[in-house]
Amino acid sequence: MVLAIIKYNAGNIQSVLYALERIGVAATVTDNQEQLKSADKVIFPGVGEAGSAMRYLKERNLDLVIKQLQQPVLGICLGMQLMCRYSEENNTDCLGIFNEKVQKFNSEELGLKIPQIGWNSIYGLKSKLFEGIEENSYCYFVHGYYAAPGEHTIATTNYDRPYSSALKKNNFYGVQFHPEKSAVVGEKILKNFLEL
Amino acid sequence: MLTKRIIPCLDVKNGRTVKGTNFVGLRDAGDPVELGALYAQQGADELVFLDITATVEKRKTLSELVSRVAHHINIPFTVGGGISSVQDVSALLESGADKISVNTSAFKRPQLIDELAKEFGSQCVVLAIDAKKEDDGEWYVYLNGGRTKTDSKCVDWAKKAVELGAGEILLTSMDHDGTKQGFALDITRTLSAQLPVPVIASGGGGSLQHFVDVFGLAHADAALAASIFHFKEIGIEELKRYLLVHQIHVRI
Repeated sequence: MVLAIIKYNAGNIQSVLYALERIGVAATVTDNQEQLKSADKVIFPGVGEAGSAMRYLKERNLDLVIKQLQQPVLGICLGMQLMCRYSEENNTDCLGIFNEKVQKFNSEELGLKIPQIGWNSIYGLKSKLFEGIEENSYCYFVHGYYAAPGEHTIATTNYDRPYSSALKKNNFYGVQFHPEKSAVVGEKILKNFLEL
Repeated sequence: MLTKRIIPCLDVKNGRTVKGTNFVGLRDAGDPVELGALYAQQGADELVFLDITATVEKRKTLSELVSRVAHHINIPFTVGGGISSVQDVSALLESGADKISVNTSAFKRPQLIDELAKEFGSQCVVLAIDAKKEDDGEWYVYLNGGRTKTDSKCVDWAKKAVELGAGEILLTSMDHDGTKQGFALDITRTLSAQLPVPVIASGGGGSLQHFVDVFGLAHADAALAASIFHFKEIGIEELKRYLLVHQIHVRI
């Protein structure tokens, strides 16, 4: 199996590579369009800021390439948010694969700590991505923006409100948490993705 | 619901853990990676590696260690100790660290926090503060591992650091550190109430009840400890079960 990780100006690619290595899978980090199109699976990682990430993708036509991918694609954290329609983070139009809009947690309203950092539970698990994962399993999150629940939600998490901790549409999957840092639960989710 | 975090801290010198541990069953008790992996398996939520190497070889050995940790450990980890530039941080993050912590260098040049937050995002910038309560009843910032007193109040510095982009505050009470008499509840509570970012309490955790108090009474988001874990005075699983029984939400 050829597994490609999209190379762009966002962090944590290394962490994803190491996590895959721990479960015995090699991956290619690339921004080459042909390599991405021909891979069996694609991971779209991300820690960073939505506006500059989208600019970077557009400058290299990677936005169009990602939207047209036919194989299973997994967006992680910012990667998932970029697959949504729009992000409030610097007013950014995103890829529009998922209809959901990405909004900022409002700390002033609720006395919340922003970003949310730490382990939170996921429930309402719907897809094969979560096969063998128990309801209310804990995953590691670091984010200040969230996607509201919507038609593509396949996992939900509560912070100040319920939000989408995972989304799915056709071959596209997105998770708000970091499976590469979520201990054995995260490893199982990555394995499930590789077996889709 | 977001859980409270338990964070073992490993002091590292020349790539090896110091202060010792009494773990039996580890192939090499001095190997930070092996100890970190054991804690991760026992349910630690994050790890902190604090490098106290003072040699010129420091950067290279630290990057090598970070890379080994990142390869083997499946939970997030922070690296701290003598970090003073964007280049330092860049090398550590590229080696696989999730967050870095800065202390004295950031106090001496607060702009560093802004530079790091802009370059790498606030989520990976932890500001560590060593604080001590003085006779006037106020908590003051100390530098250089607690050797140098400053005139800055802990709360003021923490607020400024958050404005500059620090994403978390790691507060160590020098009055409590090593005493096993409990965490500094007053200053932890103050910071937690006044800051919009998570506060990690450190120093003084010696009993299961101390952790209940720092979460329940002082509203810390995370608690860090070292020797009580290294010397198995408190097991992470035991601690988390105790916290759950006392209505503190933790990941088990």
